[in-house]
Amino acid sequence: MALIETKGLTYTYPGTSKPSIHDVSIKIEKGEFVLITGPSGCGKTTLCRCFNGLVPHFYQGEIKGEITVAGINTLDQHTYEIAKHVGLVFQNPENQLFALSIEKDVAFGLENMGTAREEMRKKVDWALHQTGIYDIRERSPHEISGGQQQRVAIASVLAMEPEIIVLDEPTSFLDPLSAEKIFDVIYKLNKEQGITVVLVEHRLDLTAKYTNHLIVMDQGTVRLEGDPRDILSNEETRRIGVGIPKATLLYQMLKKENCNLGNKTPLGSEELADQILEELKGD
Amino acid sequence: MSIFDGLKFRKVNSLIHNLDPRIKFVYVIGVFIAALLFLQIIPLLALFVIQLPFVFLARVQQQWLRSLRGAAFLAAFIFLINIATNFFGGGYTLTPSNIEGAAAMTLRFVVLVESFSVFFLTTSPDHLGLALEQSRVPYEFAFAFTAAVRFVPVLAEEAQTIMDAQKARGLELEKGNLLKRIRNYIPILIPLIVSAIRRSLELAEAMESRAWGACKKRTNLYSLQLHKGDYALIGITATILVSAIYAYFFVSIPTIVNLLS
Amino acid sequence: MIEVEGIYYSYPSKVEALRGVSLNIKDGEFVAIMGQNGAGKSTLVKHFNGLLKPSVGTVTVDGIKTVKSSVATLARNVGFVFQNPDHQLFSETVEEEIGFALKNFGFDVKVIEERITWSLELLSLSQYRKTSPFLLSGGERKRVALASVLACDPKMLVLDEPTIGQDYEQKEKLRQFIMQLQSQGKTVIAVTHDVEFVAECNPRVVLMKEGKIVADGQGHQILTDPAMLEAASIVLPQIAQVFTKLSALGLSKDIINIDEAKRVLLKAMEKHKR
Repeated sequence: MALIETKGLTYTYPGTSKPSIHDVSIKIEKGEFVLITGPSGCGKTTLCRCFNGLVPHFYQGEIKGEITVAGINTLDQHTYEIAKHVGLVFQNPENQLFALSIEKDVAFGLENMGTAREEMRKKVDWALHQTGIYDIRERSPHEISGGQQQRVAIASVLAMEPEIIVLDEPTSFLDPLSAEKIFDVIYKLNKEQGITVVLVEHRLDLTAKYTNHLIVMDQGTVRLEGDPRDILSNEETRRIGVGIPKATLLYQMLKKENCNLGNKTPLGSEELADQILEELKGD
Repeated sequence: MSIFDGLKFRKVNSLIHNLDPRIKFVYVIGVFIAALLFLQIIPLLALFVIQLPFVFLARVQQQWLRSLRGAAFLAAFIFLINIATNFFGGGYTLTPSNIEGAAAMTLRFVVLVESFSVFFLTTSPDHLGLALEQSRVPYEFAFAFTAAVRFVPVLAEEAQTIMDAQKARGLELEKGNLLKRIRNYIPILIPLIVSAIRRSLELAEAMESRAWGACKKRTNLYSLQLHKGDYALIGITATILVSAIYAYFFVSIPTIVNLLS
Repeated sequence: MIEVEGIYYSYPSKVEALRGVSLNIKDGEFVAIMGQNGAGKSTLVKHFNGLLKPSVGTVTVDGIKTVKSSVATLARNVGFVFQNPDHQLFSETVEEEIGFALKNFGFDVKVIEERITWSLELLSLSQYRKTSPFLLSGGERKRVALASVLACDPKMLVLDEPTIGQDYEQKEKLRQFIMQLQSQGKTVIAVTHDVEFVAECNPRVVLMKEGKIVADGQGHQILTDPAMLEAASIVLPQIAQVFTKLSALGLSKDIINIDEAKRVLLKAMEKHKR
């Protein structure tokens, strides 16, 4: 069974008439690195909120269709139950940290769950190490950079040992270098700990190379889904207004001029550079 | 901004900083009661001097002096009011003991300021929050306290940004009569309130996503435990209180005027 | 014309944010100020409209020393759009929001009316004239904030992180809009760490690090220097990444534009075939 599965999921926020997501049916398997993208207002964020029950429990409103996450029907479970399986990381790091020291923030979820102190200590330390912030664990949130704050936010859901981590544009306030560090942390969690990652982003330049399952949304519906190499070479993706990574775009332009670069659409600069080197060193 | 800078706490390690905040609070109350018992200079002076080692052990002399300086105006006010009431109430004469009484009143105030400032200067907000969490105060209150401490500097920064943004659109806060000046703040207040509401929604979302309310009995990463220093402080507090009460009932305390005559 | 001469600035918290910055920006230039968070970018641009005054050194805007002038006066010439539109929107309607600065600057009613109409059209917001700005989407709110500054028709425009949270098409529109302003001879100064956006526009780039300017030049020169960018904690734009990895081939190095990249690579491949 898929780890996340939705069937005909349609949801309308209270006080609005138009559904924010409409007839969404997707399957996410265990261990995948899923990237959801699409123009602003396409329903990406709303879909994320469905994954951990914020929609509909926190936001109310009208929901139709089916959704199971880690074997749970999120429609009839409390958010705090789902939180043990799905960690949600938000865009603005500042508003996710509410304690006065970093390790206390990381412990917040475990404290809520009533975890015993020694066990909590172990899990907190593990999460701090995984995200590379162990050395700054006693600092206060004012003393660290935005990138570090976002790593604290990741550690704080990681400590609850979820099977799935959902990140909603986690780096849009960060400079590219800090962003890259965040993506490295997430990628490592996916590869080494087998945590399923669902990442919402519209900067594919930075993220396409990590993914093995791409979902393109537009106006509340899923328009394209599957292998990122196929989807990024699909003309439809460009028409929806998704920013294709420059390396992928360059590859397509060269292919149009009948360049021989193999048939693997590159997702990042390394892949493209290798293909060009291959061709030019060729014989 | 500078008032808010004081809230951007940093961890300091000293014997006094590491004391259990609950015990420190008991100590402050102890000194408070002792100070209320006396209206003579000598015991109040003793209470004043007893606390000095705390200030030096905690290495907060500078901040401590600053807070005393801050209280100086009020102290002078108390002194003058006392002198004035004695002078006008006592048939337009002033005796030396009048002056001594006024000085004692003032000193009592200074002792109270001193003990409270030692408490607040040496207790970090997270320590205080922890003390709240581990006392019988409902967790929601403790959380509200720490969240407030966490976000006051953030909001102050935000207010500054909003002010900059509106000034850049030609808003002049100091222009016009009083009514106009108050109205000048509307373009600052509305964005501040709107973004505070947005922020609180985001916070609530983040809390929900971290299993807020998952079980009735929350646990805590830290536990406050009493150490040697804390027991010593309990001892000191008890000694101060017992001697104060003893002196109050059984010792006739000389005034300076008596001693000099 | 903005002339910055050897300025230092320290915040009240004693943090030294600028440590000897000198810079000239000519009329009609498009300048991207880049660098890591905390490099001093925002502090620097806040000197351009007098929100901050240098502790040492001088900033001269159109011949006026900022120390001697108020923000309200300087802001007539230097428009400043902040990163988060929610930090400035407060009016009941979009129209009033845009009229705010105009009123503050003492334009008369008829001119205000004209300018509002003009700026709404410029940013395709006309249909929202009577709508509350709070009901608009994030991208639209950002445009209202921009319109409210542009309505005063400032000679120079400072944009603080204009691309944050914007999707691909919004960024593309912004790029075209900046080009349009350029063609009208306006000075545009953007504070940003969006390398891909800067690579597409290829403006003059001023690179900052720890309160100092460490590099100043055209985008394709600065953004293709791996060592320089690494020192300033900036990543290379993707096209430049590709060419850095191809450095063994001896192709020209300063390429950040995709069309140029295509041209150069096609040429190299042709040569290789022969």
